[in-house]
Amino acid sequence: MIPEAGHYALVLALALALFQSVVPMAGARWRDATLMQTAPVTALAQFVFVALSFAALTASYVTSDFSVVNVYENSHSLMPLIYKMTSVWGNHEGSMLLWVLILALFGAAVAVFGRNLPDVLRADVLAVQSWIAVAFYLFILLTSNPFLRIADPPFEGRDLNPILQDFGLAVHPPLLYLGYVGFSIAFSFAVAALIEGRIDAAWARWVRPWTLAAWMALTLGIAMGSYWAYYELGWGGWWFWDPVENASLMPWLAGTALLHSAVVMEKRDALKVWTVLLAILAFSLSLIGTFLVRSGVLTSVHTFASDPSRGVFILAILTLFIGGSLTLFAWRAPALRQGGIFAPISREGALVFNNLFLTTACATVFVGTLYPLALEALTGEKISVGPPFFNLTFAPLFIPILIAMPMGPLLAWKRGDLFAVAQRLLAACGIAVIGVAVTFALAGVKAVLAPFGIGLALFAMAGAVTDIVERSALRSVGVGIAARRAIGLPRSAWGTAFAHFGIGMTLLGVVCETTWNSERIVALRPGQAVSIAGYDLTFDGMVPKTGPNYREVATRFVVRRGGAQVAVLEPSKRTFATRSMTTTEAALMTHGASQLYVSLGDTNSDGSIAVRIYDKPLVLLIWLGAVVMVFGGLLSLSDRRLRVGAPRRRSKPAVLAQQPAE
Amino acid sequence: MRILRFACALMLVLAAAMPAFAVQPDEVLKDPALEARARTLSRDLRCMVCQNQSIDDSDAPLARDLRILVRERLTAGDSDRQVIDFLVARYGDFVLLKPPLTGETALLWFTPLLVLLFAGAGLWLWLRRRTADLTVSPLSAAEQARIDELNR
Repeated sequence: MIPEAGHYALVLALALALFQSVVPMAGARWRDATLMQTAPVTALAQFVFVALSFAALTASYVTSDFSVVNVYENSHSLMPLIYKMTSVWGNHEGSMLLWVLILALFGAAVAVFGRNLPDVLRADVLAVQSWIAVAFYLFILLTSNPFLRIADPPFEGRDLNPILQDFGLAVHPPLLYLGYVGFSIAFSFAVAALIEGRIDAAWARWVRPWTLAAWMALTLGIAMGSYWAYYELGWGGWWFWDPVENASLMPWLAGTALLHSAVVMEKRDALKVWTVLLAILAFSLSLIGTFLVRSGVLTSVHTFASDPSRGVFILAILTLFIGGSLTLFAWRAPALRQGGIFAPISREGALVFNNLFLTTACATVFVGTLYPLALEALTGEKISVGPPFFNLTFAPLFIPILIAMPMGPLLAWKRGDLFAVAQRLLAACGIAVIGVAVTFALAGVKAVLAPFGIGLALFAMAGAVTDIVERSALRSVGVGIAARRAIGLPRSAWGTAFAHFGIGMTLLGVVCETTWNSERIVALRPGQAVSIAGYDLTFDGMVPKTGPNYREVATRFVVRRGGAQVAVLEPSKRTFATRSMTTTEAALMTHGASQLYVSLGDTNSDGSIAVRIYDKPLVLLIWLGAVVMVFGGLLSLSDRRLRVGAPRRRSKPAVLAQQPAE
Repeated sequence: MRILRFACALMLVLAAAMPAFAVQPDEVLKDPALEARARTLSRDLRCMVCQNQSIDDSDAPLARDLRILVRERLTAGDSDRQVIDFLVARYGDFVLLKPPLTGETALLWFTPLLVLLFAGAGLWLWLRRRTADLTVSPLSAAEQARIDELNR
């Protein structure tokens, strides 16, 4: 009964979405307030019904109702409750349901928080949002229904893929989808602006918090996924340039660019056309990401062709939305009035520079991910594009961004003075140079690139601090007043500084981990010891244990430094009988921002066990940097001007903007 | 105790049936320099039956065979280039995670540069056109007259 109710609720949500995609739009064209007023109500109702549908599927999982195919294929009665709940989106059908749930959530959020939006804009945005919803409801109902039943239900389920039986599944996909789907708001705003042929600074102010929220979720989601892969897959890698990862990186790059161009649009009324295009691109790349992951096209062009129903459906959605919105863009964009002008050396110029390199990086990832597919489809030739390609092409594109990053916030709007900015950054440069010199002295010339990487990271971090120091005028007014001024700075200024500092932290982590990570691969018998990076690890022995739905070989390693015991590590290997799969549960010892990483391999006939031990210096900075970036985003989101939402009077700046710059 | 020992034995049997994981201790070469070269090479070679994994990361049997093959060739005195050529001759360019620059991959390799050049050039032209408006144009006679009038 519950699954049928869930199925029915989804059909009702589709009906509501159909209504919402037509009526408010018509109302907006005829300027009919009554018709436009229907949008927020239907958006809320839509959310309620999708939530009911999602709750129904969750209930089926929690009660282990194996008469539902989806539950049977992805759950097990002995699984801990949390994994039963996260299994809901640990499979194709359920994850699509999560996708539409988040889409409806954002629609409802616009309905609730968008009270101060102009009626026409709100009606248009919610209608466009509903177009997307209709497409995905149809996709679920026609090709990926999670509520299908089995005629004679089995007693036991087939278990969730053991790799997914982890806390990571509870946070990674929802965060990632919050990011992906969050860009749909920016997309809907862009399409609404194109339809209306009108766009202004107020528009940018409304779009920015939504984009920022989506960007924060995506940043956290990617970082979380990376950390999950790091500890779960057992070989200590944290980024693989896998197409699935690239699929999430592309919207992130476009979204980051959008975040920056929207600043220019909000403050200076410039870059309108470009901002609209980026809003369309960011969500289009999210759709492409969904397509890549969900259609099976990645495994091979041939698997895609052998079961094309889902793939072709998503491809149709892609073509419709991306093609449609770009056509609309080509047709209507020239109607958008151009705004303020600026010199190449200016805050605007720096943000344009950032956009140039971010979009190029995005294009690089896009081509690198899709080229093998395209080449195979066109010529039958098979090539691989892997980490070495991206390291060679993608990484250099970030160097100019990182060099320019500390300068941007210090440059004046309209026309900046690069020399003055360089003077203010002297201290940051000094720190970077010292960093390079110290690293060279310590590490020698073996790793030539590492010192420069560290210099760049330090420059970015010191540059972020410089920004705050300069804004609070520390050098001229003394510490007391400067501190008060620093506290009084707009939260968005702090947000920028934190986010830029976070980038530096991540880079520092990446450089240190890749350059100085050490590794031992050994076969150990109980009682034997191995040393790595100043730590001695003694293998104590192994014990078999039984978990709720698995058995495991648990081992014990005593870690000593200079004879004194510092930690006990207990890595294990789990065997899940239902799927006859094993997972390695690595054990981690955190010291400072560095980690000691132990994971197990095969047991040999002589009683020894293969062990991989890594020392990863400053590896945690990679993810902490992302957390700091998100914290910056949070500060920026809480900025007064975004919270208040209502556009301030802009008559004065608008007049100024029309005057020549000096 | 006997039950425990039995359980241990059972686990060992099970463990033996499990897939192997990435580089095995028994594969590691005695010579650290040679082993380091082998590791560097393996990171750029694709495990052809896996999804986008290098043979260094993969636990598939094929990856193990390839890792051993790479080490055998290195021990036999092959240069890095010779090992790569040998594998490419056997498995084609598909085995390389860094695709070689050929007519077919030229577009792939040059995309970043082309995008940067085209976007940069477009941007420069656009900025130049826009900043042309920024230069101060001299006052017309009528404007000057109006200012003089106001100043009076």
